[in-house]
Amino acid sequence: MSNTQAAMTHPQTVITADEEVPAIRIVREFNASRDKVYRAHTDPEILVKWLGPRSVEMEVGFWDCRTGGSYRYLHHRDGDDGAEEYAFHGCFHEVRPDRLVQTFTYEGYPDGVSLETMILEELDGGRTRLTINSIVESFETRDMILASGMETGVVEGYEQLDELLVEAGA
Amino acid sequence: MSPQQAMAEQLSQVFAALADPIRRDIVARLAVDDATVTELAEPYDVSLQAVSKHLKVLGEAGLVSRTRDAQRRPVHLEAEVFDLATKWLERYRRQAEERYRRLDEILAAMPDIDKESGEES
Repeated sequence: MSNTQAAMTHPQTVITADEEVPAIRIVREFNASRDKVYRAHTDPEILVKWLGPRSVEMEVGFWDCRTGGSYRYLHHRDGDDGAEEYAFHGCFHEVRPDRLVQTFTYEGYPDGVSLETMILEELDGGRTRLTINSIVESFETRDMILASGMETGVVEGYEQLDELLVEAGA
Repeated sequence: MSPQQAMAEQLSQVFAALADPIRRDIVARLAVDDATVTELAEPYDVSLQAVSKHLKVLGEAGLVSRTRDAQRRPVHLEAEVFDLATKWLERYRRQAEERYRRLDEILAAMPDIDKESGEES
């Protein structure tokens, strides 16, 4: 397939803000088997290595990853006014290699909860497509989420991109 | 209200304004050129009043403006505000992309598990 080459270098994340319901959809493909992508989402030792932004250290409080289980984790960061801590928790509603459904709450805004449905699809060539649908209670909350975390990222992202390019020998 | 909340509020208004198919169509047409309310209403099977209502929503979101003094009072698209919504979504997308580049690295280094062994420490 002609687009395979481009996809092999960097599969790009696609984000959609739904117009009808307060939802965010994320689609991303990975050059790895579904089993690996699934493990990276369910094994806390792997998860802490990639989930949080680089500027935070992720600490798992508890992690009972099974249908009906629950989790809590924290992000630690050295802010301008000392150490900052952000806590998140939720329940695992459904845990299957092809489907992970969980709730997610930022404890700084305990009334807010999103329902996250992750679909893991096996593609040709040992690749995997991840589709995440996150739905919240209102458009206002959804748009706050879209607007949040703007302070993190851009610089970090380019640093990491540089590292990746060095590793790739480009 | 923090600047971030204010921006989130504006973004909410922009997304809400763009949630309606007629309003999206109006924005698409105004991207080509300014137009009067009558001109904008032409292709739709709705009253001028209904179109005015749509324009009010777009106006409150800062997406369109109307010249007060000109007789025709054409409607003008505020492209900067329209771009803002796109930029925010792009920023969010970039963050997700950074996260998944980290995951790419980890997946690449992950050994294949022999299902029979089932030994994980």
